[in-house]
Amino acid sequence: MAISIRKYLASGCDAATLAFFRLAFGFMMLGGLIRFAAYGWIEKFYIKPVFHFTYYGFEWVKPLGDWTYLLFAVCAVSAFMVAIGFKYRLAIVTFFLTFTYIELMDKTTYLNHYYFVSVVSFIMIFLPANAFFSVDAHRNQKLAFSRIPRWTTDILKLLLGIVYFYAGLAKLNSDWLLHAMPLKIWLPGNMDLPLIGTWLNQNWMQYAFCWIGAAYDLTIPFLLLNRKTRFWAFLLVIVFHILTKILFPIGIFPYIMIVATLIFFGPSFHRGVLGYIRSIFRLPHSLLIMTKEKVQTFDLPNVMKLNIVIAFVVFQLFFPFRYLLYPDELFWTEEGFRFSWRVMLMEKAGYTEFRVVDEARNAVVHVDNHEFLTAFQEKQMAFQPDFILEYAHFLHDEFEKRGIQDPKVFCTSYVALNGRLSQPYIDPKVDLSKQYESFRHKTWILLFNDEIYGF
Amino acid sequence: MRKILLFAFFALVAFGCSSSDGGDNPSDTFDRSAMLTHWADNIIIPSYENYQAKVNTLATAAAAFNANPSQLNLETLRASWLDGYKAFQYVMLYDIGKAQDLNLKLSGNTYPASATGIEANIASGNYNLTTFSQFDKQGFPAVDYLINGLGNNDPEILAFYTTNANAVKYKQYLTDVTTRLKTVIDAVVADWNGGFRDSFVASNGNSVSSSTNKITNLFVKTLEKDIRYGKLGIPSGLFSNGTTFPEKVEAYYKNDISRNLLNESLHAEQDFFNGKSFGNATTGPGLKTYLDHVNAVRNGQNLSTIINNQFTAVFEANTTLDESFSEQIFSDNTKMINAYNVLQQQVVYVKLDMLQALNITIDYVDGDGD
Repeated sequence: MAISIRKYLASGCDAATLAFFRLAFGFMMLGGLIRFAAYGWIEKFYIKPVFHFTYYGFEWVKPLGDWTYLLFAVCAVSAFMVAIGFKYRLAIVTFFLTFTYIELMDKTTYLNHYYFVSVVSFIMIFLPANAFFSVDAHRNQKLAFSRIPRWTTDILKLLLGIVYFYAGLAKLNSDWLLHAMPLKIWLPGNMDLPLIGTWLNQNWMQYAFCWIGAAYDLTIPFLLLNRKTRFWAFLLVIVFHILTKILFPIGIFPYIMIVATLIFFGPSFHRGVLGYIRSIFRLPHSLLIMTKEKVQTFDLPNVMKLNIVIAFVVFQLFFPFRYLLYPDELFWTEEGFRFSWRVMLMEKAGYTEFRVVDEARNAVVHVDNHEFLTAFQEKQMAFQPDFILEYAHFLHDEFEKRGIQDPKVFCTSYVALNGRLSQPYIDPKVDLSKQYESFRHKTWILLFNDEIYGF
Repeated sequence: MRKILLFAFFALVAFGCSSSDGGDNPSDTFDRSAMLTHWADNIIIPSYENYQAKVNTLATAAAAFNANPSQLNLETLRASWLDGYKAFQYVMLYDIGKAQDLNLKLSGNTYPASATGIEANIASGNYNLTTFSQFDKQGFPAVDYLINGLGNNDPEILAFYTTNANAVKYKQYLTDVTTRLKTVIDAVVADWNGGFRDSFVASNGNSVSSSTNKITNLFVKTLEKDIRYGKLGIPSGLFSNGTTFPEKVEAYYKNDISRNLLNESLHAEQDFFNGKSFGNATTGPGLKTYLDHVNAVRNGQNLSTIINNQFTAVFEANTTLDESFSEQIFSDNTKMINAYNVLQQQVVYVKLDMLQALNITIDYVDGDGD
């Protein structure tokens, strides 16, 4: 066993594949950041709001006022440097840190796909992605290799595979499979699409989407790995992601996933693409001609590096299952929901209003959420307990500043999940200003009173 | 390899095209055009025209009263004011197009009216009612003050228009505020009967800026802000550290019609929900049929039924209230709070359950989803 692992770690593969991924990843990130800025989202999400929802343990990560633009600029420049493989190690570390910082600034904008970018860019820190077709390799022959350790390419396939497979596992629940929820709610919204629109309001179609979607997620990594099925699997990837793009507002990530899955193809494909790029931009031939093989060594620094990578992969495999440690329904409490590849999985909305009580004066203030939150923040806050708690603490501090001594903060909250009638969500008698964030179960979330079976 | 890229390219192009062109109307599609047509032709425009007629009568009555400020003419004026106020409850929902541009809702019914502001306007004779600062010095609340609030009894009120040194100015103000109501609704009706009706119906998509989306949001907002918050929440002290405001009820000076106006506004909401034509019992496509079309079933019951049942509960709770909310707040404010809570449940149903079932976003929230 140990020998075969060592043997695997020592085996090599063509460096073009990882170089292709680096190039594609870098430019897609650059494009994504430019799009984000062009939509005015930096200002809208990070500068304008008076209050930001932070992650537990990362409360110190805050937008930097006008310096936030600089943060995005640094992130974009580092993405470009990653793409062309210029000062790669510095670039990818900078990209990982700035991108992750941006995501940690406000969890209102949390998306699994953003987390995926952080995960991939973290692992890329440890990969020799600048060994081929890069400025670094061009300037320093010592860094140039035509072959690199195989695991450095395989690990990206593994991370991609985990996203799909875990997203598929998460769909194996009674709401998705037996009630076609939430697609039963979402698909009719596209009734006027040509061709397929006619069927989107039909029961059998909604069930078909659910079952095919789950089957797709669970099998696609394996179909992509297998050389015989790869071509057809990739066509499926295109159809699936374009369809999600048409049906749901999910930005540029369908395209990113389509391009990322190209990594599963053989190195001749990647060499072909890189060669094509070389000829278009009239880049030197030497970029594609390298002869050395980078062999995995097992000296102390490299063993430490490998251990970090292995520990990270193990973490990725187990972390999504932490929800098992919590009571009541995961979809209801969302304890252990994020960072687990639960993508497009539920339709949940809330209506949450707060009362601030001044005991000394026996007075109540009904909070107007618009005074403190953007529409986007209010929408996300209304159905997620950790948001509700953090906001309650903010209200406590805010109204203390306004002259109420140690105000109590209560909320009235209703949440509707996957086609169930809305029901009370948070115990209205609990003073949330005296409850604190932790990894423990939040006892002030009212019971779901229903059961969703499965993962 | 080239084959793959070629195919990918064609797939992208094919899907890209199919998502952008429209036109054909598949059979199982909910016909939003028909709904918008019904809303415009059978609900919105008739409601506006009814309101316009009532405001015309009000303006005429005001003119007759100014020509001869008699007890009889005062009573006629009051009756036409109440008719107009009730008709207003049926149009305040449609805060879109010209009505939005001209602030029909805010200039027509910002209460409580500022009595001191009105008196200052009258005294100076120098005011421009189209500016934002003037909302609480005009509209039905201002007329309320002018015909019900100037004195403790009718002779005292009539004196302001006869023997008072400023009688001419009072008459002028009454003319100006009624004329302003008329100017606004005339422009709104002209606009709807001009091109706006067609562009309203033509905006039949489901985007944030589509007519369905906008009006549905207004339906929810009116229920939450104008009715729940304004008519019940504020006076009963729910938003003011528990301090009640019996003087902040709608039509404070007339006083005994606040329940009447509340129920009118709720009937307007329920009728709109059910797609009931204005002025007759026929119904057409509306939010109810839309919900039923997407099979919105909750707890084994149609969501539309749940919402209509809640309307019934709301009207029931309102029957426990005094005709005058000022009186109700004095005698037993808990009934006001109870009525508020029953209405609050309805706000949850329409804002949360209904918008979710119809895939309609509250206001504009962009950004990507998962």
